[in-house]
Amino acid sequence: MGLREKLEELRQQGADEIKNSSNLDTINQIRVKLLGKKGPITNVLRGMKDLSADERPKVGKYANQVRDELQQMLDEKRAQIQAQLLDAKLASESLDVTLPGTPVAQGQPHVIQQVIDELVDLFTDMGYEVAVGDEVEQELYNFEKLNLPKDHPARDMQDTFYVTPSVLMRTQTSPMQARMLEQHDFSKGPLKMISPGKVYRRDTDDATHSHQFHQVEGMVVGKHVTMADLKGTLEAVAQHLFGDQLKVRLRPSYFPFTEPSVEADITCFNCMGKGCAICKHTGWIEVLGAGMVHPNVLKMSGVDPEEYGGFAFGLGPDRFAMLKYGVEDIRDFYQNDVRFLTQFDQKG
Amino acid sequence: MKVSYQWLNKYLPLEDHKIKPAALAEKLARTSVDINSVSSPSDGLKKIIVGYVEECVPHPDSDHMSVCQVKISDDETIQIVCGAPNIKAGKKVIVALHGARIADNVKIKRGKIRGEESDGMICALQEIGFSEKIAPKDYEDGIWFLPDDAKIGESVFPYLGMDDTIIDTDVTPNRGDMLSIYGNVNDLAAIYDLPNGFNSHPVEENGSDQTSDLISAKVADDKIAPVYKLRVIKNVQIADSPLWLQIKLWNSGVRPVNNVVDVTNYILLKYGQPLHSFDYDKLTNHEILVRHANEGEKLTTLDGEEQELKAQDIVVTAGDQPVALAGTMGGDNSKVDDHTTTVALESAIFDPVMVRKQARRLDLHSESSMRFERGINPETVEQALDEAAYWLQQLAGGEVAQGIVVGNDHDYPTHNITLSLKKINDVLGTAMDMQTVQNIFDRLAFKMVQNDDDQIVVTVPARRWDISLAADLYEEIARLYGYDNIPSTLPVMTRNLGGLTPRQKKLRASRHVLEGLGLNQAISYSLTTIAKAQQFEVEPSDTKPMELDYPMSTDHVATRMSIVSGLLNDIAYNNAHKVANVALYEQGRVFIPKGGERPEEQEHVAGAVTGSMVPASWNAKAKPVDFYQLKGIVEQYLKNLAVAGEITYVADSSRPEMHPGRTANILLDGEVIGFIGQVHPNIAKDYKIPETYVFGINLEAVLAADTRGKHYTYISKYPDITRDIAILVDEEVTNEQIVAIIKKRGGAFLKKVELFDVYSGAHLPAGKKSLAYTLTYQDDHGTLQEETVNKAFAKVEKHLTDELGAEIR
Repeated sequence: MGLREKLEELRQQGADEIKNSSNLDTINQIRVKLLGKKGPITNVLRGMKDLSADERPKVGKYANQVRDELQQMLDEKRAQIQAQLLDAKLASESLDVTLPGTPVAQGQPHVIQQVIDELVDLFTDMGYEVAVGDEVEQELYNFEKLNLPKDHPARDMQDTFYVTPSVLMRTQTSPMQARMLEQHDFSKGPLKMISPGKVYRRDTDDATHSHQFHQVEGMVVGKHVTMADLKGTLEAVAQHLFGDQLKVRLRPSYFPFTEPSVEADITCFNCMGKGCAICKHTGWIEVLGAGMVHPNVLKMSGVDPEEYGGFAFGLGPDRFAMLKYGVEDIRDFYQNDVRFLTQFDQKG
Repeated sequence: MKVSYQWLNKYLPLEDHKIKPAALAEKLARTSVDINSVSSPSDGLKKIIVGYVEECVPHPDSDHMSVCQVKISDDETIQIVCGAPNIKAGKKVIVALHGARIADNVKIKRGKIRGEESDGMICALQEIGFSEKIAPKDYEDGIWFLPDDAKIGESVFPYLGMDDTIIDTDVTPNRGDMLSIYGNVNDLAAIYDLPNGFNSHPVEENGSDQTSDLISAKVADDKIAPVYKLRVIKNVQIADSPLWLQIKLWNSGVRPVNNVVDVTNYILLKYGQPLHSFDYDKLTNHEILVRHANEGEKLTTLDGEEQELKAQDIVVTAGDQPVALAGTMGGDNSKVDDHTTTVALESAIFDPVMVRKQARRLDLHSESSMRFERGINPETVEQALDEAAYWLQQLAGGEVAQGIVVGNDHDYPTHNITLSLKKINDVLGTAMDMQTVQNIFDRLAFKMVQNDDDQIVVTVPARRWDISLAADLYEEIARLYGYDNIPSTLPVMTRNLGGLTPRQKKLRASRHVLEGLGLNQAISYSLTTIAKAQQFEVEPSDTKPMELDYPMSTDHVATRMSIVSGLLNDIAYNNAHKVANVALYEQGRVFIPKGGERPEEQEHVAGAVTGSMVPASWNAKAKPVDFYQLKGIVEQYLKNLAVAGEITYVADSSRPEMHPGRTANILLDGEVIGFIGQVHPNIAKDYKIPETYVFGINLEAVLAADTRGKHYTYISKYPDITRDIAILVDEEVTNEQIVAIIKKRGGAFLKKVELFDVYSGAHLPAGKKSLAYTLTYQDDHGTLQEETVNKAFAKVEKHLTDELGAEIR
């Protein structure tokens, strides 16, 4: 058998062995056996010295070709086995992706805070400033300067926690109206403010009453501020908080610090005005009180009611949150049950 | 006020204009006063008819029931068993037939009562929906008799006024005029532009006596009673009122008593003018004086309570003996009863504030006091008195003495308000013309005179005492013009930036950071107990918290001086509801008394964590919160808030509410701004909470501090070299001391010192602990040489040994 035939036989034999091998160890053994220094191809090459000068380069070339082919087959087979091994390994690593993810710690803002922040954002975008007042107020600012003199029957509407005859827990955020009117420099333009914060009433806590709750007071005073502006502003608030489709209607009401005074209702967001249990089948929900700033309030704060005027409104974030999210018991806001607090985790 | 639609319809052509009660109520709500409810007394009732008791015999098997044969139509008589003691034959009664619905949605069914067939039920007023407070007393324990001319088989509702619709209005304090039929008629006439048919009855004085011979009246202080008038009616016969009057009263929520009392209540409802009737003969003296009470003076009021009076109270006296709390409640000593024959009738205006204070102090709020508090129409004081006398004449056969005795009679002039059409439109944002405004005042029956194109003068009648300013008239115009007709615009304004102040932005950022770090925002009560109010102060002091003068509950008495105690209440609440993992923060006001009129209000933030931050799950055990976890949160929080100064943590064993060995003060440049640690187990027990870690920080200090600016630090391209060091030191040596030495002696290339192990216990000598750190060296401008690092590291080793007696391991 000639060298060429021998090589051919080696190639065939090697190809079969490689083809039948099934693991990396065998591949390695085949490589050493066929292509190693003591392997048959090396032997063939050694036997070339007996060949004619004519044959030598041809056989040599062929031997190299066989060696390269076997090498390539080995590489391919190795890659193939490695791929199979990886597949098997990955298959064995499969997870039940329906198992729950590892919990993380994330805190949520309080739902009332969310309502307040929404309102603050809306109004600051409209160019309002935010004025935060003290929770322990002077009777002077909580009542007197808001056109609520002593013994005014409207004081009965707001049972008050007094500390001394002249100091109290503020019953409303309205004292900031008087304080801001006093401070504002009207030569620099109109006053546009909102004042969010905690307020207190002498009430027994139950599902619908709380001795502590929140208010957001708003006021715009300038040279040409109208009741129509109040209506438009309240519409913007209602639509921002509850949806674009909602309408606002005003009804006469009474607050000592505004005249005319109105109560604002919005279209019931639950039934869109058709009538349901939430709106007591009226199609409307009462959401806030408002009015044109009473001339006495302006006067007492040193603002000329002949020259300046404007509107004020006050709304309750607690009530808004109760309406918007269907919270039935106002005490839920202040007991801080984690199961309650973490429900309001929607962002954006 | 409960306003009867039928009563209104007497004076206004409502039905003629097809104005239904529901629409009327809606209109009132949109234009005048709020509405509580609209309902008919017959709502939910059915098959309740007039029956005639033909025969009534005792039940054979009962000692109190009767078996009645009741005629319910021309040709039908049914048997009904009745338990009422006053049932008798020959009476027209209220019959609920088989299948009827009576009060409380009870269904009447045919049945047998102790063996006797009963085909329906004979009803008392309460059984068809009258409240106990309103059903006439005489019939309290029995059935009601209908008038003899009631038609058998017809519905009983028209006979009892139950087909009426009652509109319950919620009158704001300024609209006292709406607490009368008179006021409602006036306002509705204006709203609907209807003819006003209100009428009153003048009296023909038919008595022979001069009133002034029978009684005299004086008012001690003009302010107490600006108007005070009396009439005397003799030979009055006390009896039940006619049914029409009783219906008017009970449909208005007032219980019929007898003709004299009923007439005064009728006038109160019709005019809003409270009247008081005295039994003339019971007055020991007929010189009436209205004055302030003497301190300690006593009067037993109609309700049988003995009232001890104060000097600010106001009383009506006879011969200086108190006989009534003016405007609030009559005295027992002069009350009208079944034997009364002569009545002294008082119609007055009392000072609203005095009445209000008196009613409040004695907790005697009544229909009368409510009206005096909100104002009385001066135009109808005498008219009301006259009509009352008229009805006593008509219904009780009384003889009205000649003339009125006047104790005081102030003049209430009408007043003029000047308005500008332009200003009206400027305020309301409307474009009304003069004709529109004129029409509104015509409807209101306010006189309006036009001075020129713009200026008008409006005369406000005394019956609208709530109106005194131009702004009050703007409201009248707005509501009658219709709020729906006012356009919606936004304020037009140029120069105004608004927006949050840096402080407000920081306070908002503070909340967001803590939420990101896993704490839920809580909002707790600022008012708490005195003991809790002064716990956990950031700067411990002996200061007592601010206390309420007159708290509502013992749980909310004083303003908090720290936020932590409220959070512990929240944890207790959660634990009581089986929520074991609680991580909360709260940001808000604390109130620190500093000797001023009001306490200093500081913005604080606090956190409280118990259980684990992350709950146990199938692949991870819960990691119970500890000091270091909360400290990590606080460290990251203060880092995020970019406080420029140096923050340090110094052990503090002096805080009584805190674990003495697990508490640190948080210092900013050496000043205490807060604290962190474990709640003392005894305090935790008081709050009924498990192991809990808390922090409290005075944000004012943080807000006042300089802010670390945002800037970029160069990140070296050259490799770093690390060296680990483990040292054995005494237990007392702190991490802070060690790190300080390493940093001080670490050389120019030391970038970072990280603690990676702390160990004490077995294999170590007693009183010793081992700490291990990784030191990272790096040169920003070149590759660091091993040699350089070795030298620097050796220096650190030497100083740790020399300065702390550390043993390098």
